[in-house]
Amino acid sequence: MDIRDKIKEKLGSKITGWHEHSSRRVYLNVSRQDIFGVAEFLFKQAALRFSTASATQIPSGFEIVYHFSHDASGTMYSVRVLLEGAEPPAVDSITPVCSAAEWIEREMWEMMGVNFKNHPNLKRLLLAEDWPDGNYPLRKKED
Amino acid sequence: MDFRLKALTKSIWVFHVSAGSCNNCDIEILDCLTPRFDVERFGIQLVGSVRHADALLVTGAMNKKSIPRLKKIYEQAPKPCVVVACGICAVSQNMFRYSYNVGEPLDKIIPVDVYIPGCPPKPEAIIAGIVKLVKKIRGK
Amino acid sequence: MSHKVIIPIGPYHPLQEEPEFFQLYVEGEKVVDIDIIIGYNHRGIEKLSESKHFDQVAFLVERICGICSSSHPYAYVLAVEDILGGEAAVVPERAVYIRTVVDELQRIHSHLLWLGLAGHFIGYNTVWMWAWKYREPVLDLFEMVTGNRNNYAMLKVGGVRRDIKDEDIPVIKKTLDELVPAVKMFEGAVIDDPVIRARLEGVGILTREQAIDYSVVGPTARASGLDMDVRRDDPYGAYSRLDWNIIVEKTGDIFAKTVIRIREMQESIRIIRQCLDKLPPGAIDADVKDIPPGEGIGRVEAPRGECFHYIKSDGTNRPVRHKIRAPSYMNVASNKVAVIGGTISDATITLAAVDPCYCCTERVAVMRRDTGAKVMNGWDLIKLSQEKTARLKEEVNNGRIDRG
Repeated sequence: MDIRDKIKEKLGSKITGWHEHSSRRVYLNVSRQDIFGVAEFLFKQAALRFSTASATQIPSGFEIVYHFSHDASGTMYSVRVLLEGAEPPAVDSITPVCSAAEWIEREMWEMMGVNFKNHPNLKRLLLAEDWPDGNYPLRKKED
Repeated sequence: MDFRLKALTKSIWVFHVSAGSCNNCDIEILDCLTPRFDVERFGIQLVGSVRHADALLVTGAMNKKSIPRLKKIYEQAPKPCVVVACGICAVSQNMFRYSYNVGEPLDKIIPVDVYIPGCPPKPEAIIAGIVKLVKKIRGK
Repeated sequence: MSHKVIIPIGPYHPLQEEPEFFQLYVEGEKVVDIDIIIGYNHRGIEKLSESKHFDQVAFLVERICGICSSSHPYAYVLAVEDILGGEAAVVPERAVYIRTVVDELQRIHSHLLWLGLAGHFIGYNTVWMWAWKYREPVLDLFEMVTGNRNNYAMLKVGGVRRDIKDEDIPVIKKTLDELVPAVKMFEGAVIDDPVIRARLEGVGILTREQAIDYSVVGPTARASGLDMDVRRDDPYGAYSRLDWNIIVEKTGDIFAKTVIRIREMQESIRIIRQCLDKLPPGAIDADVKDIPPGEGIGRVEAPRGECFHYIKSDGTNRPVRHKIRAPSYMNVASNKVAVIGGTISDATITLAAVDPCYCCTERVAVMRRDTGAKVMNGWDLIKLSQEKTARLKEEVNNGRIDRG
């Protein structure tokens, strides 16, 4: 079975949106409650490689896109999670199933202020120890 | 002119510090040691400890995390110690000047004696800068 | 009672040009733990990108790392071109070939750089001098074609900025011809040298499972048996039209990583020659004017592995979001497992084996809670590494190690 179909089948209704930008760029939406299970499936069972994750501030809150690579077909499967509503934004850490995510979650936490629950080592990665708390450099400045 | 500083110009021991650089300047500095440029024949040598240094070769745009270490290294350098700002990041922070993680320019942190602009400066430019410094110290 | 000693490596070791901060925890000779601290080169480039327009961003990202000076801009322009429909749809053929030539020249210079440093770390200073000596003609080629030895300013969205002139081509070919025997010499020097084999085989092993768990990329991954290369998997440039090989080894040790890098240089030479022979005439720039709203991902196989850029655009002339992930970000993190269990004399070469592009990754520092007393600096650690090689040399010469 094609990896694309396998992903669609196994994740089923967890996928709330599916967009194929091109033959090798797929974007899928999942909800924040499901990301841990989705990441576990993609990384462990589907054996995709975790490339990185990107957090972006959007008008309604934040979105985190987890970029997984299916090297055999050269396709990126980018999983989008929306964190909307009240502050502070939080989502389950996927590091327990994917050691490769440890650093980037720390970086997203310190740069965007997204909390990663159950992260084994959530502390500063890039910024100095005396960087002021609550100052998230990648957030848009309030006017 | 300081007697010790004049003595420096016989052979210069250089300690290299990077305070937030992309590495290009650092590699061009190392390139000066390689056969084509071979600064060691002029007695210019990279040393492993700042306590042996006559000159501090600084690269980088002054990343905030690196600044305290840079200051400490400068304090530990035996004086007189000449400071060379190598590369436009060390000279004036290049395109990183307005970044949230970049502090003051180098010459506001420690006194700078030589500015070598370039991105990165070629080994010839680095050597020319050091030679200018040596000539200046010798009063030529 | 075990005696834990902290051995810091860095942050300012003269021969590891970037300041990194490694602190190893050792018991006796063995490394039992390692903490990694980075951040000494973080210059806020992702944020700066949001204040630059798309043409300026290429100059900015070029300076993420001096060694992979064309990988980052290439991945960036591919990300933007992804929004527009992909490199193949947007960029003229001649520009695609030129991009490939520049990227492969970069691979050669980067691997030679690494070879020199690795040679120094294990006490073969002649390897350092020779590798960097042969690197110079490659830098001369860059200067001839792009105007600068480093920081080429070659890439823009939709094409390249400068052409390869007809009279440049024989010069490039001649330099490559001279490189071939040099790389062959390095290959022989490494693969046939029993001391280097004794020094690097079985050292700093990253198992296949560990490589997958840390999602490492590039030669680090290929040394552990993972057959991946963005040039083949998610093709860009001219690669799908050329004849070249991906080098994969199975042992996961430093020797494997060394062999891969040397052989990749040979492949790069082949690739460049083919590009120069096939270089089509025509425009080098599609003159892209507007970037529509959307998101794009661009990735290239940098010398160290997959270099990943993600761009989000809202139709204005600046990126809304620019995510940059350098290959070393993944590879250096794997040092956590590769170094532990090894000896301190192997630490330096193990840490260097992933070819950390620190500026890309932001300096890895290994750190932990304070315990012991004795402090050695990076210089001392390199000496330890070189001393081990000297010991092995003696043992090989005395026949105590059979490396026939």
